[in-house]
Amino acid sequence: MTVRIPRIAPSEITPPETYFNRRAFLAGALAASAGAALGRAGAAVVPAAAGAPLVYSYDAADSVGALVHAPGQDEKPNSWEQITHYNNYYEFGTSKSDPSEYAGQLQTRPWNIAVGGEAEVTGSFPLEKFLNPYALEERIYRFRCVEAWSMVIPWVGFPLAQLLKQFKPTSRAKYVAFETLYRPSQMPGQRVPILQWPYREGLRIDEAMNPLAFMVVGLYGRVLPNQNGAPLRLIVPWKYGFKSIKAIVRILFTETQPLTTWSQAAPNEYGFYANVNPHVPHPRWSQATERRIGAPLFHERQATLMFNGYAKEVAYLYKGMNLHTYF
Amino acid sequence: MTSPAAARPKPFLGLTVERRYRLIYKPVVFLASLMPLAWMACSLFGWLGFTPPVDVVKFLELRCGKTALNFIMLTLMVTPVRQLARLPNLLRLRRMLGLFAFFYATLHFTVYLLLDVDLDWHQVAADILKRPYITIGFTALVLLIPLALTSTNRMMRRLGRRWSRLHRLVYLIAVLGVWHFYWQEKIDVREPLVYAGLLLVLFGYRWVRSPNMWAVLAPGSTRPAAAVRRLARVAASSALRPPV
Repeated sequence: MTVRIPRIAPSEITPPETYFNRRAFLAGALAASAGAALGRAGAAVVPAAAGAPLVYSYDAADSVGALVHAPGQDEKPNSWEQITHYNNYYEFGTSKSDPSEYAGQLQTRPWNIAVGGEAEVTGSFPLEKFLNPYALEERIYRFRCVEAWSMVIPWVGFPLAQLLKQFKPTSRAKYVAFETLYRPSQMPGQRVPILQWPYREGLRIDEAMNPLAFMVVGLYGRVLPNQNGAPLRLIVPWKYGFKSIKAIVRILFTETQPLTTWSQAAPNEYGFYANVNPHVPHPRWSQATERRIGAPLFHERQATLMFNGYAKEVAYLYKGMNLHTYF
Repeated sequence: MTSPAAARPKPFLGLTVERRYRLIYKPVVFLASLMPLAWMACSLFGWLGFTPPVDVVKFLELRCGKTALNFIMLTLMVTPVRQLARLPNLLRLRRMLGLFAFFYATLHFTVYLLLDVDLDWHQVAADILKRPYITIGFTALVLLIPLALTSTNRMMRRLGRRWSRLHRLVYLIAVLGVWHFYWQEKIDVREPLVYAGLLLVLFGYRWVRSPNMWAVLAPGSTRPAAAVRRLARVAASSALRPPV
């Protein structure tokens, strides 16, 4: 069965320049009207169609907006085309173009998320109900892949910390684990045992509570396309991309460190922490530099920053830890 | 060249074998060998309806590298094909295929140098010394240089028997090339394994065809029948032996 992939016509996609101008304009209007009409976007209502516009707030004065500017880095956000056609999402195949080619067949509605483990509130929730308590906001984060390439991406979502508070983890909850959907009929990559399916990831609870950890439902102000992890994914901007699990169906609060897919597949190459760290090379390649996708062809390479440039915000989490051991 | 087929050329457009190769086959193979380059150019500039890749550098690196490997494989296929298909004259195309392998391997390294590491010599040196998969790939490229330099008729004549000994380096280069490909994969090694399998078949063919192989299995005999009988005897006696 071939399923047509819902594509947004190129004419419908706002070019980054216009997009960011429009946003600056909105932010200006927001300041002028003292947040009357556009204010906080309120409860997140996520329309079903991938690529449809989202309602969210953006505050230019927000410190999060300033996070993106790091010294020595080209911080121009990547285009919609680049972000949606260059993906590592092995559930749809191991080539970078496989996800954009095959993810259209994934049905993201209805979608349920099961929450369990060491928390006061547990159960299974339909996506709409699950997302209801959160106001959406935009965050432009650097995204650094363990393969030593990077992008800058304007995500839309809400802080993971808010989600955690909703489910009231108990004092025994030391970690939070996530699981991706397992549906080989719509995820052809799962028919091949390249990795142990379903994909699993996890964070220490204090990492998860850090304000930068973000749950994503949108991209460039639109509903997240399937190839980027729709309908709900995690973004942990100071860690390598594989920590930022996609298409989440299960969240589990645990007392012990959960198993994670890549560290299971190659424990000497991928650790549980997977913090971006230019001083700890991958056993087979250096992590000291990265190639920024879309940068001028002869100047793509740039220095990789400690914690992907977010050291000020997250370094406290790893005080006293040997990051060569806990890579 | 005194093979029987070369001795009695079949009339084709009234051309001798030599002229057929020079005027038809070689130009055709030459143009076909440039197709991967044309494909890369079309992708890069979006010609003929091709979509430019998001990651240009990775695309060029991977395409050039795989094409170089493909040409190495093609040169190794010449011997079995000309023997099995009784086309001894195919040998006339092998030099061109080998030189194209060198061309694409050089292009692969150039893309790495100019576009991947942006001519950062420190990084290049560190990569070659510290990253085993790059060490291996670089070694393969360096080993290709003497083969390319000694590919002229004059060098063949000058080196005589030593020429074929030198050019046996291609077996090592092929192994290094496949290993380089295997080692840079994050986890999905299916494609490099296909190359490894092909290499195994090509090496196996040569082993089976060499008289030494039978000597290894049945010392004192170079005849396949004797080796098979000996193997059967060994197998039968071990099967009949009571379990301990």
